[in-house]
Amino acid sequence: MISTPPSHASSLRNTRIVITGVGLTSPNGNNLADYRKSLLKGESGVGHYHIRYVGDTLAGECDFDELKYQRRREVRRGTRAGSVAIYSAQEAVADAEIDWKSIDRSRVGVYVGVTEHGNVETENEIYEIKGYDYDTSVWTHHHNPRTVANNPAGEITLNMGITGPHYTMGAACAAGNAGLIQGAQMLQLGECDLALAGGVSESIHTFGIFAGFASQGALATHEDPARASRPFDLDRSGIVVAEGGCLFTLERYSDAAARGAKIYGELVGYAMNSDASDFVLPNPVEQARCMRMALERAELRPDQIDLISTHSTATPSGDIQECIAIREVFCNSSGDSKGTSANPDLMINNTKSYIGHTMGAAGALELAGNLPSFDDGICHPTINVDQLDPQCDLPGLVLNEPRKGKAIRTILNNSFGMLGINSVVIIKKI
Amino acid sequence: MTSAEIKQEILDILHDIAPDEDLSGLTDEVNFRDQIELDSMDFLDIVMELRKRHRIQIPEEDYEQLASMQSTVTFLEPLMKDVKV
Repeated sequence: MISTPPSHASSLRNTRIVITGVGLTSPNGNNLADYRKSLLKGESGVGHYHIRYVGDTLAGECDFDELKYQRRREVRRGTRAGSVAIYSAQEAVADAEIDWKSIDRSRVGVYVGVTEHGNVETENEIYEIKGYDYDTSVWTHHHNPRTVANNPAGEITLNMGITGPHYTMGAACAAGNAGLIQGAQMLQLGECDLALAGGVSESIHTFGIFAGFASQGALATHEDPARASRPFDLDRSGIVVAEGGCLFTLERYSDAAARGAKIYGELVGYAMNSDASDFVLPNPVEQARCMRMALERAELRPDQIDLISTHSTATPSGDIQECIAIREVFCNSSGDSKGTSANPDLMINNTKSYIGHTMGAAGALELAGNLPSFDDGICHPTINVDQLDPQCDLPGLVLNEPRKGKAIRTILNNSFGMLGINSVVIIKKI
Repeated sequence: MTSAEIKQEILDILHDIAPDEDLSGLTDEVNFRDQIELDSMDFLDIVMELRKRHRIQIPEEDYEQLASMQSTVTFLEPLMKDVKV
């Protein structure tokens, strides 16, 4: 077994990676400015929703214009995840002010995180052939290109004429961070010069995810959709499923600086690991270890983190276990239940309280919503917390009202998923 | 179906398959591919729609008969003569 990494590993890691563009669609905004505005105003994107077999439920739906970047023909042939991905990628490139016509598109890499892919298309087709007494001769020839796991990333390359590498990362609900990490690593390895990286989700179009969460006792219900997603609140009832997408343009710092690019922040730390303990239940020991690994790579101490974007999904186990992990890494033991943060100015929030759980997009979208805090110094709150769960009472929680603190220079973004997959990224203001 | 009805049915299918195209100026004798953007997957869509709508099975060796509107209608006439509108 190799016990030490190759000698060139540290120099590769020292290649600085920055975010230069953000493209997104969220249930409460179709670009970063509108999304941020909704977060600061406390505007939810969750609404009433109906899906076959399950019936009336709640979901976060996106209303971006698919035809802004696709022809009807492309929309018909492709998938919703593909449309979400294309919209996000095109918006990111536009935001980064990259001269798309003149760049070498064989040096662009596309790395898209997904929680799952293919369920929507398979369910649709089974529903279709049901009308033909399950005659498989009417099963569509579009099934395979729609359901191959690389579909959302591949649709981006088709739409944008990208001939560099593309693939998806299947990483459950850690996928948004996983896409970002993969993009950074490929830039560090020199496999591409521009990475389109992040995550997407079309999950609200599969009844199975709603029915599965319902059977698990983890699907949110509430008479007021805007109040349904309630991480950290004693009256939480579970997950609100949402769709969405967020892709970043990542570049090596040297390239971004040379072209005078706007820089949102530097990806200074990241880590992924596994719980190896349960299919669905989180493990705070490994979550904490993942956060420490990211801090170590970033060469930052816990007291140097100014904002933590939590993953908590509004399930008791998910929320409480993440809070245990955060407390273990970021809080000093003080004898009382709350303790104090190593950084007295630390602020902690949760974005799912607005938009629900955007699955494969969650890590990237939740990070994106916090990036403007580098400029305005404001931490958007976790909304819908009427009765804070005492087990989630972390020092630094920002609840229901935005808080302007001292300068925010670092953001740590958690994203965890089923089968015990953990991901953490740390972004630093430049 | 009459030949005129078959032609209208094919146009309806093409509207779904090629929603960005203006089909009003299609010339019956000229290959579809020389007039509008259609690839092999689109032609399979035509085959699939005829199968779904009218239970018509078109063997693969006959796909070339679907090249133009005129050849398509000519090919389908005997197969669809008993199909009611």
